[in-house]
Amino acid sequence: MGTDKPLLVLEHVSKSFGAVQALDDASIELFAGEAHALVGENGAGKSTLVKMLAGVHRPDRGRLLIDGREAVLSSPAAARAAGIAVIYQEPTLFPDLSVAENIFMGRQPLRRGRRIDKKLMRRQVVEILKPLGVGLDPDRLCRGLSIADQQIVEIAKALSLDARVIVMDEPTAALSAYEVERLFGAVGALRHNGAAVLFISHRLEEVFQICQRATVMRDGRRVLCAPVSSLSAGDLVRAMVGRDMEARGDGMRRVPGEPVLQVERLTREGVFVDISFEVRSGEVVALAGLVGAGRSEVARAIFGIDSYDAGSVKVGGKPLRKGAPVAAMAAGVGLVPEDRRLQGLVMELSTAANIGLASLGRLRRYRLLRRAVERRFAEEWATRLRLKYGRLSDAVSTLSGGNQQKVVLAKWLSRNPRVLIVDEPTRGIDVATKAEVHRLLADLARSGVAVLMISSELPEVLAVADRVLVMREGRLVAALGGEEATEQTIVAAATGQAEVAA
Amino acid sequence: MASLAFPASARLSSRRFVEAVMRAREFGIVAVLVVFVVVTTSVQPRFFDNQNIKFVFSNAVIYALLALGETVVVISRNYDLSVGSVLGLSAYLSSDLFQRAHGIPIVGVFAVGLAIGVGCGAVNGAIVAVARVPSLVVTLATLYIYRATDVLIIGGGMVVANTLPGGFLSIPTSSVGPVPYLAIAVAAAVAAAAYYLGTFRPGRDLYAIGSNPEAARLAGVPTGKRVFWGFVVSGGVAGLAGVLWAATYGTIDSTAGYGYELTVIAAVVVGGVNIFGGSGTVVGAALGALLLATINQALYVLGISSFWDPAIDGALILAAISLDHWITVRLTSALRKRSVRGAA
Amino acid sequence: MVQPEATIGVPAGSAKAPTAASEPVARGAVAPPRKRLRRWSRLALRWEGALVVALALTVALGAVTSRQFLTASNVFSNISLLYGELAMMTLPMTLIIVSGEIDLSVASTLALANSLVGYLWVQHWPMPAVIVCVLATGVACGALNGLLVTRVGLPSLAVTIGTMTLYAGISELVLGPAIITSFPASYTSIGVDPVPGTAGLLSYSALAYIALAVIFALVLHATAFGRSVTAIGYNKEAAQFAGIRVKHVKTMLFVTSGLVSAMAGVLYTFRLSTAEANNGTTLVLPVVAVVLLGGVSIFGGRGTMLGVVLAVLVYCGLQSALLLTNFNSNALELVTGGLLLLSVLIPNGGELAARARRLGGRHLKGGL
Repeated sequence: MGTDKPLLVLEHVSKSFGAVQALDDASIELFAGEAHALVGENGAGKSTLVKMLAGVHRPDRGRLLIDGREAVLSSPAAARAAGIAVIYQEPTLFPDLSVAENIFMGRQPLRRGRRIDKKLMRRQVVEILKPLGVGLDPDRLCRGLSIADQQIVEIAKALSLDARVIVMDEPTAALSAYEVERLFGAVGALRHNGAAVLFISHRLEEVFQICQRATVMRDGRRVLCAPVSSLSAGDLVRAMVGRDMEARGDGMRRVPGEPVLQVERLTREGVFVDISFEVRSGEVVALAGLVGAGRSEVARAIFGIDSYDAGSVKVGGKPLRKGAPVAAMAAGVGLVPEDRRLQGLVMELSTAANIGLASLGRLRRYRLLRRAVERRFAEEWATRLRLKYGRLSDAVSTLSGGNQQKVVLAKWLSRNPRVLIVDEPTRGIDVATKAEVHRLLADLARSGVAVLMISSELPEVLAVADRVLVMREGRLVAALGGEEATEQTIVAAATGQAEVAA
Repeated sequence: MASLAFPASARLSSRRFVEAVMRAREFGIVAVLVVFVVVTTSVQPRFFDNQNIKFVFSNAVIYALLALGETVVVISRNYDLSVGSVLGLSAYLSSDLFQRAHGIPIVGVFAVGLAIGVGCGAVNGAIVAVARVPSLVVTLATLYIYRATDVLIIGGGMVVANTLPGGFLSIPTSSVGPVPYLAIAVAAAVAAAAYYLGTFRPGRDLYAIGSNPEAARLAGVPTGKRVFWGFVVSGGVAGLAGVLWAATYGTIDSTAGYGYELTVIAAVVVGGVNIFGGSGTVVGAALGALLLATINQALYVLGISSFWDPAIDGALILAAISLDHWITVRLTSALRKRSVRGAA
Repeated sequence: MVQPEATIGVPAGSAKAPTAASEPVARGAVAPPRKRLRRWSRLALRWEGALVVALALTVALGAVTSRQFLTASNVFSNISLLYGELAMMTLPMTLIIVSGEIDLSVASTLALANSLVGYLWVQHWPMPAVIVCVLATGVACGALNGLLVTRVGLPSLAVTIGTMTLYAGISELVLGPAIITSFPASYTSIGVDPVPGTAGLLSYSALAYIALAVIFALVLHATAFGRSVTAIGYNKEAAQFAGIRVKHVKTMLFVTSGLVSAMAGVLYTFRLSTAEANNGTTLVLPVVAVVLLGGVSIFGGRGTMLGVVLAVLVYCGLQSALLLTNFNSNALELVTGGLLLLSVLIPNGGELAARARRLGGRHLKGGL
């Protein structure tokens, strides 16, 4: 590994957005040739840090040093020029152009007369892809490439730029086991070249597999930085959370009633296969698994946003028409979607309008939508959920993440659903609101609602759920109840390992 | 760690598959063209004679030029609706020079037409690139503004053929056999444009901008500059087309080029250029223009009233767009399936 | 870890003091008078406010340049009469653009309606039957647009460019070179006479516009349907996730657009007493221009009916003022184009200024 001096240093960096302090005296050092894990809960400041390295944000305080010299990254182009490449979860490629052109856009090799040298470009792409162990056709369009392949193209881009710091943001989230191995090989190749890889992941077992050092962030600052060999998973979790695992929920005290939601052999080709489970009134069932396992897709299929190819869904014993959210809502099903900003809320509309968006029919008097009725409706639910807002008529984008999530919840709770599906209910929200949401879900179950909770956060799953279903690569691979559901068993099922060393 | 390369056969077939689909569009147009010509000639043998072929080429040439310029813009996910107005403005102002500036060489007139087009295009490009205003709206506005300027200048006047030098008027008609020199020149221009767009960085940048504008910006592509020059090209080409229009029709008043933008868009869409940018070729667009001109002429020869033309154009646009959509959907899922299979 | 009741503290990220459970009613029940005034002043500073100013300026300009501007006969013949149809078509266009789509085929539908009226009349159909048939055709035209956009999934820009051409083409096929002018006076008078009881100011088309404008404004701003349209325009996916039937809503919008265009086409025919192929196809551009001028965002979501109504008035006023001063009639087109440009440059003007500031600042700092 490394030389004595770090390749890149962020020193006592702070950054705030309005009232939100995203980074609070955070620091990190990266050495050449190392794979460095960046771990932390949602909202710990990881993505702000990444954006800072990418040249999207500039620190309010603190500085960035590259090779010991202070640098200011005023734009993504400047970050690239400084040798920093960021590979996001959502690759930004040109679907209509070839792999080779994607890698070399703007920098294609030229021959006489400033013409693009296609043969040379093709050869260079093959050269770059070789150590990554991937045989993509350089002339192939990027349209239709799997996420894994798109990532490889992004990595190839970084390699072609002679990037010395490569940041990977949750790279394994959507990959199969085989593709994860391939990615790890690529990381090895990058390290071999002398680059530093900043590896952000929630999957602790991966951190132990390929990283040399780990930094844990919490509440916008670094709380731990040590060689991975000196740490255990428990150490990491404790540092991330600041406490031991949340106490087990009171799920045992709830007595579940009749099955309300029954899913039988639900199949959507290429996405999920043969999913069967039921959720009873009064219970919280968690659907766990790695990102990309197909959980959100199952939720969307149940709710009717997407259709499915085989199987059936029954609510209260009656079959539910597929592909029709209106039918699902009429049957008493609600869905709090995964992406708050893109799916859960219309950011430009007011808080009141968002709360009422799924209940428009109920807010009418004489066929006209009455603003006063809508506002009273929204007020009632805002109070019940202890929403913190300025004016109900302000755009919902002015609210904090936690409060925005409450708005989405209010939208659905106000319909008195029989079945509530929540997808990543506490992603990106602060700790206190997180606890409120958990309490809300528990209360909901107690009042007889059947709750299906999709979550990637194990502490949350263990704290709130009565039963845990685990999906992996489109299939339901485990159903764990009560004492069976532990972090180990869930992770084992989610990653397809027969056993995990305790 | 074992090598995870694709088997060679899968690699090659992936490339050939994609290329085949891309080529299919151009082949498709040529095929439809051939079918039309064959069917029409069998019913009306007169169709395939020198006179009719010349007519087809005359019409096609101007639309093909306009389609070339429009493609450059559409590839980058923009639209230029002002081309008809620019053509009209250039047609009048340039041909009027023969009277105003006695003895001006024909080349000079072309230069003036080009300059007018470039100026109009630069205005479009500047507003779109600098003020970041959607090009649909900008060129909708300049369509009006340029046409109104044209009418203001011309008033009720017109340029008549007998004020134009014989050499000028003979440009569209001089030909080798049934093929006008002009058609050859335009074909060469199209080929050159296709080569540039395929082999030079600014050309590839335009495709990138249309395929994913955000990614293009992140990749450091100078989007403003490229889009600006795209509009300059479109305007300049329309300016040239205006001069040719004057030479073709001889009489130019304020209605020259009126409504041309719609036929140009039809040609571009029929030619396989994606209305959202990122893919399509100038060759396809030029072939689209040729196809539309052929269909119009064929209908005329077959005795079908010319009143069918716009209806058929409209139906063609809808068919072409639906076909493209279907192709994209199929292509995406086919490519996705291939990559999954290959990775297994 | 966290006790359920301890939520009174302010979590990081929220801007306001906590709402204790004891004051649920006090907040915002009925806004006190001062708050209401502030809300109105915020409104006035926005786009609509600027349009009111523009309207006032236009009226002033017209009154100053021509004594006839403010006379009843001018308002009637040069405003109500001439622009009634155009104004009618701006109403469904507003909703369509707010929903994030566009309909360029409206004027062609109008032209088709015009041709059909002539054709069916010449076939000796009774006029009421003609009107019904023509309106049904308008619905069909809109339905085709809606179908292609929602079921097949094609972009509305491309589709309506196609149907614009197609419908105009059909209008040519229907009438060919024929020009029909033999309409009965009882109907053509609807086209040219003022509505009795309106002091000679309003034409039937203007009256229809006013009635429809009220309906459309109510729909957009005070119905669940209108709220759906706005939500779809801002964020189609979120609207879907809230159970809004996006396809249904959009199809309805296109069908309405076709219907209203056909209605306008009938009135247009009566006004001109002429049915001719391809009549009126140029109207689409001013319709779109006026809607955008009214503050509706081309990207969808943002926009008010009040703004579009004001824009219609400004447009008509300007055109009429120019006409009266014998300004070259082509200046009218120039004005339309100019207004359209302004309507998109102004919202982006803020961004333009910000970018200019940033560029300037960079120069001063000297690099990076």
